[in-house]
Amino acid sequence: MAQDHDHHDHHHNAPPSDTAMRVKALETLLSEKGLVDSSAIDAIIELYETKIGPRNGAAVVARAWCDPDYKAHLLKNGSEAIAELGFQGVQGEDMMVVENTDSVHNIVVCTLCSCYPWPTLGLPPVWYKSAPYRSKVVRDPRGVLEEFGVELPESVEIRVWDSNAELRYLVLPQRPAGTDDLTEEQLAELVTRDSMIGTGLVGAPAN
Amino acid sequence: MNGIHDLGGMHGLGPIDREANEPYFHEEWEGRVFGLFFASFAQGHFNVDQFRHAIERMDPAEYLQSSYYEHWLHAFETLLQEKGIIGLEELDRKQAELSQKGGQ
Repeated sequence: MAQDHDHHDHHHNAPPSDTAMRVKALETLLSEKGLVDSSAIDAIIELYETKIGPRNGAAVVARAWCDPDYKAHLLKNGSEAIAELGFQGVQGEDMMVVENTDSVHNIVVCTLCSCYPWPTLGLPPVWYKSAPYRSKVVRDPRGVLEEFGVELPESVEIRVWDSNAELRYLVLPQRPAGTDDLTEEQLAELVTRDSMIGTGLVGAPAN
Repeated sequence: MNGIHDLGGMHGLGPIDREANEPYFHEEWEGRVFGLFFASFAQGHFNVDQFRHAIERMDPAEYLQSSYYEHWLHAFETLLQEKGIIGLEELDRKQAELSQKGGQ
């Protein structure tokens, strides 16, 4: 929950918590029964800590900015177009991409739990899974954007997409002005995780 | 079912607390729980809908007070017991045994 990160810094020196011990007991028992393989768990953790993350989604966004045909395909059939770039799998089987424009801004949430497009964005941050975000964004999206430091003109319609077990959303943010000379790779570097959730915008290059 | 997990629109749950450069797992055990989730599906012990439903059946106060991966741990314990794979006593006993050894 919200206060989680206030105490996590201390855990390296502290004895294992009851929860840590509980999980260890669970894994040990499952392993003793031959039901799980701890080295497979190591591999899964490594995969999600190092290989699957928002850089994948950023590559999709940058491609859409550079290639109008790809963008059209992406907005029509998100799952297929994303899989074309090699990103598919668990918790991202069915994807819908929603485009931000001068008149529409999209935000994604999962009010019931934590549904999130893993293949393109990786595992969600704690705030996305937290009660404050899930409860508030459907009721007061502008208030949430304000908390994230994003202010949009009143004329912009805000659409909030509530993800579910079957369908996950990815926001296609607006390409910032003054980026005509950038390569697709350089554009991808500008794309943040939050801009693909809809709680952020893509800023112009720093220089 | 309209349970405590159905948070959309609820008031008064406080500000959104963000963390810069957030790690995917804040504690080592969170990663282990995450990995166990995959392993359990691969083994066919339960499916993702049963897993989510086990979280939705949590006591409402406990749901709001516990963290995301604690929800997962809760769901594991519930489902493994219900499926007769690991009993509560067996798990308690193993935890006590490991604690005595200092987690080694």
